[in-house]
Amino acid sequence: MLRYALRRLLLAVPLLIGITFVSFVVIHLAPGTPGEVQTGDLSIQSDREVQKLLMELYDLDKPLHVQYGKWLTRLVRFDFGRSFSPDARPVLQKIGERLPITLLLNIVEMLIIIALAVPIGVLSATRQYSAFDKVTTVFVFVGFATPDFWLALLLMILFGVQLGWLPISGLRSLNWEYLSFWRQQGDFASHLVLPILVATFGGLAGFSRYMRQSMLEVIRQDYVQSARAKGLAERVVIGKHALRNAMLPIVTVLGLSLPGLIGGSVIVESIFAIPGMGQLMVQAVFERDYPVIMGNLVIVSTLTLGANLLADVTYGLVDPRIRVSARRGRR
Amino acid sequence: MKPALAVVPLALAFALTFAGCGGEADSAVDQGGARPGEKPAYGDTLIESLTGNISGLIPNVLSDAASFEVGSMLYNGLVSRDKDLNMIGELAESWTFSQDCLNLTFNLRRNVRWHDGRPFTAADVVFTYETMIHPKTPTAYREDFKAVTEVAAPDPYTLRVRYKQPYAKALQSWGLWMLPAHLLEPYVREGRLREAPQNRTNPVGTGAYRFGEWKPGEKVVLVANPDYFEGRPYISRVVYRIIPSQATIFLELKARGVDSAGLTALQFKRQTEYPAFRKAYHKYEYPANAYTYLGFNLKDPRFADRRVRQAIAHAINKRELIEGVLLGLGREATGPYKPGTWAYNPNVRTYPYDMAKARALLAAAGWTETNGDGVLIKNGQPFTFELLTNQGNDERKKVAEIVQASLKELGIQVDIRVIEWASLLKEYIKKRRFEAIILGWGIGLDPDQYEIWHSSKTGPDELNHISYANPEVDALLEQGRTSCRQAERKKSYDRLQAILAEDQPLVFLYFRDALPVVSSRVRGIVPAPNGIRYNFNEWYVPPDLQRYTAG
Repeated sequence: MLRYALRRLLLAVPLLIGITFVSFVVIHLAPGTPGEVQTGDLSIQSDREVQKLLMELYDLDKPLHVQYGKWLTRLVRFDFGRSFSPDARPVLQKIGERLPITLLLNIVEMLIIIALAVPIGVLSATRQYSAFDKVTTVFVFVGFATPDFWLALLLMILFGVQLGWLPISGLRSLNWEYLSFWRQQGDFASHLVLPILVATFGGLAGFSRYMRQSMLEVIRQDYVQSARAKGLAERVVIGKHALRNAMLPIVTVLGLSLPGLIGGSVIVESIFAIPGMGQLMVQAVFERDYPVIMGNLVIVSTLTLGANLLADVTYGLVDPRIRVSARRGRR
Repeated sequence: MKPALAVVPLALAFALTFAGCGGEADSAVDQGGARPGEKPAYGDTLIESLTGNISGLIPNVLSDAASFEVGSMLYNGLVSRDKDLNMIGELAESWTFSQDCLNLTFNLRRNVRWHDGRPFTAADVVFTYETMIHPKTPTAYREDFKAVTEVAAPDPYTLRVRYKQPYAKALQSWGLWMLPAHLLEPYVREGRLREAPQNRTNPVGTGAYRFGEWKPGEKVVLVANPDYFEGRPYISRVVYRIIPSQATIFLELKARGVDSAGLTALQFKRQTEYPAFRKAYHKYEYPANAYTYLGFNLKDPRFADRRVRQAIAHAINKRELIEGVLLGLGREATGPYKPGTWAYNPNVRTYPYDMAKARALLAAAGWTETNGDGVLIKNGQPFTFELLTNQGNDERKKVAEIVQASLKELGIQVDIRVIEWASLLKEYIKKRRFEAIILGWGIGLDPDQYEIWHSSKTGPDELNHISYANPEVDALLEQGRTSCRQAERKKSYDRLQAILAEDQPLVFLYFRDALPVVSSRVRGIVPAPNGIRYNFNEWYVPPDLQRYTAG
């Protein structure tokens, strides 16, 4: 197991370089340069001199491999460079501002989804084709099919405008600085309710269906029947023995969704005016802000490779069959 | 006794009825103007919305509208415009042009201080000029200063500018945001103006508002400058909330989370007419500085014939267009200047809706026969063309559809194509690969439109993308921009509008109305040709109506 993990780690480095190089090339293939974007295209005073100036400033007039080389040498010193956008701030600072809120939203959403999807999946499986199963199936599919922004607007109208219970957009009220500590936390929480609700409603379908499917397979297994035959209570059979085995694919899926935690939905963020990673990245692409795009890419790629490795190792730890067969294989 | 007593409740009821009437009359007249006899009060916070994050706090090196809006509160120029769009002094008290229009002298105000307390002098103006022309400054607003040969400050409150030839936009160009030499000089010298802390965390200007706070992606807070040379503005704080979605801004407006917003025609006319909204907000409308048009590629032989263009102009019912697309909230455009501005010429040829005349004109141009589908043909070729417009603009799409329907009646088949903006620009417009387009022009405050109509500006990156070339128009454009006397320029621009109306290189469709809405508690708003924001420093909220009094 250890050797396997180490080998994977070593392979990750050239893999990362390959990923970043290909991405670097592809990003530069998109038409338009940051200079063109910044001087405006149909403004009466767009200035070719400024475009040229910016090209030189950003090293965009040099050949691609030279640019990549420079970027890579900076990267190994953990210097992600400065953004090409007019505020010229360090890339890590820009990402660092946005990452916490995106992580918070995504992690809370993930926890809620798991907390709901697991029971839904289990109950749907054990009561297959019952009324509960049918109703929840329709419910999660409706959630999946509903466009985020439409649902967001409807909820904003209901809870924000008509009932006035929840704030409509943003992260904090304008008088946040003047509130007491607990009031501040409450205010912050109330701003997060609608975005999390919208995101959760859409994301529920995936996990609950996985869970249901996985559970259905497990309860047909022989050992479940043996457990029942042994006289164990149904609750223990399902809740302890079946569930643990059914959770295995979920662990894998969870591991693979880890990199997704740092990406935000630009649509939800725009509607709720949340300054998260989604907006940052989309804007960076529109502005051709290559350092920010590459910075994000490096983080996501590293996380993806790391998460894959973690999922594989965890699977091996959780499922003894894999460990044992690997050991047997070696002998 | 009894009859006399009976009079009292009757008189009371009478008086109360009329008191109620009086109240209603007041509120009907009360559209946000200052109540007579009421003294303006200091205080309160105004919550505005921005649809994009600002990219910095030194607008001279930025290019997005959000940064300009905030920057205009923090900085001043030497001149500005009053409510009727006339030039007035801001940091300059007065100015004079020499007879030959080559020398411009400003007398600057003496009691102006930067936000950090240091005095504003002519040296700062010279510094700002040098910043703009410095080769390492990434600014798109250098053009206007290229015509300057020399700038000098003989004393701290006098500025002398010399031009190589008369330049009409000279005066306007000095309305640019003035920057503090004592803080920014080293950054400009090294070409690192964008990295200066004044661009990120503590900008220093001379404006009516000082910088409070910038939470990127969330909000920008400005506080009133108590030492502003015109006196402290009444509204104590302005908070810009960054809300990228128009739909969300509208909902926040309804929930009173923002105090002002620009509405679309539909929102203005149909979705904000309920009593609660009308009570909470005042609605304003005035012509915006942009017109929508149907442009032709004049290199296409069909459109090169003036009669064809005039026929198309007659075939489009502009009144109907404005009613349908803008719900009536706009006015017909007869040329590239807004009615109400000094350059506007009302006496030009117009094109009222007249199908018969349109058909006659087309016939005169050789389009006499129609094929089986009712489409005109000439030399066996049916009259069809592709009409392009950009994605994301619902208004232009609707205009295209109405044009399509109108021209179908005339016998011309139009195919509409909606293309993403950057692609439309790069692949079709810049390469002149189009037959007709529905687009708009934002018009600047100076009537010089050389870049759009001059025949020398037809290169691929240039703005005369319809390829219009008329030697008389060229001469008029040149005359117009090399004079500094308004009366002289007006003659050139009047004639220009007459020729453009006659030539119809594009069909001028309409000027849409700007439809801002501001919280009803704000007083001092007076709609004028310059909109409503020109006197923001004089807006106030009476003490009993102030909403945000903390801090």
